[in-house]
Amino acid sequence: MSKYLVKRILLAVVSVFVICLITFFAMNAVPGGPFNSEKALTPAVKATLLERFNLDKPIGQQFLIYMRNMLHGDFGISLKTGRDISGTLLECFAVSAKIGGIAALFAVIIGVILGALAALFRNKWPDRLIIFLTTLFTAMPSFVFATLLLMVFCIQLKWLPVWDASNRSLVLPVIALAAYPTAYVTRLTKTSMLDALSQDYIRTARSKGVSTVKVIFKHALRNALIPVITYVGPMLAYILTGSLVVENIFSIGGLGKQFVQSITNRDYPMIMATTIFLAVIMVVMNLLSDILYKVVDPRIKLD
Amino acid sequence: MAENTAKKPPLLQVVDLHTSFTTDKGEVQAVNGVSFTLEEGKTLGIVGESGSGKSVTAYSIMQILEQNGHITQGQILFQGNDITHYSSKQMQDFRGKKCSIIFQDPMTSLNPVYTVGNQIMEAVLVHHEKSKAEARDIAINMLKLVGINDAERRFKQHPHELSGGMRQRVMIAMALASEPWILIADEPTTALDVTIQAQILELMQELQQKLNMAIIIVTHDLGVIAQMADEIVVMYGGRICERGTADEIFYHPAHEYTKGLLRSIPSVDNMKEKLVPIAGTPINLLNMPKGCAFCARCDNAMKICLEEVPPELPLPDGHYASCWMNVVNHNYVEEPADE
Repeated sequence: MSKYLVKRILLAVVSVFVICLITFFAMNAVPGGPFNSEKALTPAVKATLLERFNLDKPIGQQFLIYMRNMLHGDFGISLKTGRDISGTLLECFAVSAKIGGIAALFAVIIGVILGALAALFRNKWPDRLIIFLTTLFTAMPSFVFATLLLMVFCIQLKWLPVWDASNRSLVLPVIALAAYPTAYVTRLTKTSMLDALSQDYIRTARSKGVSTVKVIFKHALRNALIPVITYVGPMLAYILTGSLVVENIFSIGGLGKQFVQSITNRDYPMIMATTIFLAVIMVVMNLLSDILYKVVDPRIKLD
Repeated sequence: MAENTAKKPPLLQVVDLHTSFTTDKGEVQAVNGVSFTLEEGKTLGIVGESGSGKSVTAYSIMQILEQNGHITQGQILFQGNDITHYSSKQMQDFRGKKCSIIFQDPMTSLNPVYTVGNQIMEAVLVHHEKSKAEARDIAINMLKLVGINDAERRFKQHPHELSGGMRQRVMIAMALASEPWILIADEPTTALDVTIQAQILELMQELQQKLNMAIIIVTHDLGVIAQMADEIVVMYGGRICERGTADEIFYHPAHEYTKGLLRSIPSVDNMKEKLVPIAGTPINLLNMPKGCAFCARCDNAMKICLEEVPPELPLPDGHYASCWMNVVNHNYVEEPADE
């Protein structure tokens, strides 16, 4: 187990390095730069700025400087705002992770319950209703759904504020963010639950005199969760790091919004830091889901 | 076990059982009027080929049919009580405690994500008010009883860490953990290799004597039946063709299908004799013939076999057969009027 972990972490370091490499060079290969704004700077000012941020050096050297600073924990300052990048990033992540965490929890709990219900009432009305809804939420783009939510609950019904600092303003972003993963988890759970329920060990459990509820929740559900866990790892990574669309529609200063802003601003250190951060989260979540996999299914060997 | 009273009902009596499945292609009558009696401590063998309704009969007794299957007619009397009218709560109490079942494939019949100990303990805990520690002791004793070495270690293992024969032993331990009166074994050795097969059968016989339970063994293997059964029921196409004591069935088969079955197995006494397979293929339950189900494959089929289902006729020594040949040859006995 520890050997496996060491191997996985080393591999993760390699992946993150490769991602840095690609991002750095791709970012620089695009024409234009951080200081090409509509209000032209004087050549002298521009040269000073470029020198200040080492942008006048050859690209290979720039990369080495960046990597060295990064390894010392220095992600630099934003070329746009001049603020410290690590601080900005953590602030944004806190906002995204709060909404994303609630949404992910919602998606898993509600998704598993609805999926199990759909499997139990297969081809009866609860199943049909659940499958209708999941198809709807899988198919509807998040910008449509988020806008609809805002229109109905904030503008028409006035149940919730469009924006304020209270927790009530988190309700709609959480729903908008959770809709797709909930629908997906529901469908996944239904399929794997149906598969589990048709297995021989379910018949064995019934033949022992185990009650129907226990057959479903002890014997079938744990087996049915195995595919769901595979999905939950990457899903968590996506959802915690924020959604550009949802954050923009609800004006939330999260990581998703920050990332896109940094790209439009050509804010090089910000792009790098955000990318690395997303990559690390993705790698960690994948590792966690693999470990969780082993916990649920004893047949899995982790080497 | 309760003391014998003057007229005690038999342990298990199946009367005119009909079980059918609703499918897209129509209603499939998988069991069509099956009757037999199982006495305490005895072994009943149900033989037949795939699709003859033998497993469905077993599952009907336990009421663990697939969702689309249902008992449409007949009675299943356990100690005189008709269990077909039991509520689902009463059935839960019946399963495992009164009657247990082990299945054909021990590879898939155990839940892969729980330890074998957990699964045996569960069988104890659903039926008895016992603490976890007591259930654990019972489970470990059961593992020892079914001949598993190093029971404490095996207790903590998952099914995938055990061999096929060992898993079937675990299945037996689990089935017997609540001390049922009846053990149904549905092709218990089909998925195992021959040496393990013999061990499992011996184990079942040994436990039967120790625990004084009755066994229903469902199989297509006449060798298994010969080793185990006191009474035999031969099934074909959802009906019983012939039933009687093991000796009667093996030495005086009275149905053409049974005769065919016996001709198709090799015998140690006469290795040179040619084996005679039964020609044709098993019948399609969706398309049952009007007369005897076996007549399309029978060498001695007569006109009446095509027209009418043969009645079950009593032969000497508690032997019954449903074959028109016995009527034609007048070798049935007049049964005394009902008691």
